Amino acid sequence: MVRKMNFPLLKQTQMLTKDQIAKRIAKEIKNGQYINLGIGIPTLVANYIPDHLEVVLQSENGLLGIGPFPTEEAVDADLINAGKQTVTMAKGSVLFNSAESFAMIRGGHVHLTILGAMEVSENGDIANWKIPGKMVKGMGGAMDLVASADNIIVAMQHCSRSGESKLLESCTLPITGVHCVKKIVTDLAVLEIAEGGGFVLLERAPGVSVEEIKEKTAGKLIVHDKVAEMVLS
Amino acid sequence: MINKTVKDAREAVADIPSGCMLMMGGFGLSGIPENCISALLERDINDLTIVSNNAGVDDFGIGLLLKKRMVKKMISSYVGENGEFERQLLQGELAVDLIPQGTLAERVRAGGAGIPAFFTPAGIGTEVAEGKEVREFEGKKYLLERWLRADYSIVKAWKGDTAGNLIYKGTTRNFNPIMATAGKICIAEVEELVEAGSLDPNQIHTPGIYVQRIFQGKNYEKRIEQRTVSKKP
Repeated sequence: MVRKMNFPLLKQTQMLTKDQIAKRIAKEIKNGQYINLGIGIPTLVANYIPDHLEVVLQSENGLLGIGPFPTEEAVDADLINAGKQTVTMAKGSVLFNSAESFAMIRGGHVHLTILGAMEVSENGDIANWKIPGKMVKGMGGAMDLVASADNIIVAMQHCSRSGESKLLESCTLPITGVHCVKKIVTDLAVLEIAEGGGFVLLERAPGVSVEEIKEKTAGKLIVHDKVAEMVLS
Repeated sequence: MINKTVKDAREAVADIPSGCMLMMGGFGLSGIPENCISALLERDINDLTIVSNNAGVDDFGIGLLLKKRMVKKMISSYVGENGEFERQLLQGELAVDLIPQGTLAERVRAGGAGIPAFFTPAGIGTEVAEGKEVREFEGKKYLLERWLRADYSIVKAWKGDTAGNLIYKGTTRNFNPIMATAGKICIAEVEELVEAGSLDPNQIHTPGIYVQRIFQGKNYEKRIEQRTVSKKP
């Protein structure tokens, strides 16, 4: 069941921006992790990793140790990330081929995968690669990543542009992976997938009510007593 | 040492027939065999099956072969940057196997390595699994996938010697080393061709045993898809 929102007085500024979602996700990162960041909002997470943490970013196209974007003078066409953006290499980085890259991923050596989603289901299924008849770009490395990582965090909008919930009982779009998502950060909330199924509401975006999140979550929402507001600074 | 040098791209691709299967290295536009693609455009052949992670962009790389209607089928993991490709796909004018990037890499690696089939978790529970054997190992489900071998593989490297040994630069490596092993005839175009004995054996990425034809390429455009820079020093 999906219900459309009708809050004429709802302040649009209460929903998180893409950068704020990325900022919140960055708080999940632990020292010493090897991390794969998907294209879109996940790439922004790199900008918010606390300086005191030492982590390594893996790029599926064959680079361990993605550095910051280059200055104009330092642009190198031979150095790109998975989103085909020009990058630099961090100190201690290494290059390898695609079979090696996915061996690293599939072999469980990448600690944390952060990627976007079109839909997530209450038992942790994710759909993010195809809209039949409309958008068939391909899955790229997403299926390998979600089938292999221990820890998967999804960055997504809570609802589609037409106001329909993207957190569902079961996915309607072609699946990328099953029972794999652990945590989700949307423009309204931080949630995690419960063992027996269901979205556990952990935090709400500043100014957003539990009621609104309930309305906008089509799948089973589990709410414990008090739901704290996200701290973004 | 055996000398595998040919004069140029034109000579290298002269005998490639219509209807064959070609592997092409590259991730996006990074590490694509630009000279061979140009030379293929001059040939009057079609009905090609091309194995390549991506399909180039509308007016560069494999996109040019698609535009000239030389391609019957693509085997790729992501074709999002090419609008013409997506259009041909949605209209049913082009056959496409979209497969997970890691599976693509491993199928090619297996092809060159004499491993006819293997199990991978990527794609379990998705449409990628349709028609394929699923087996459980230690409580987790895996899909049976077959090797991929081509009539020709066309790769791009940074340096190579006359014995066919290759060295790659940056993230242009990606699928090139594995495709070099999986084509019956491997054609390598390099930015700098040196005499056998000039390269340090410790530094070589692809042993020359896999390469049948090598030539020094020229006029590399090295187009950048997403020129991304940071402003501060």
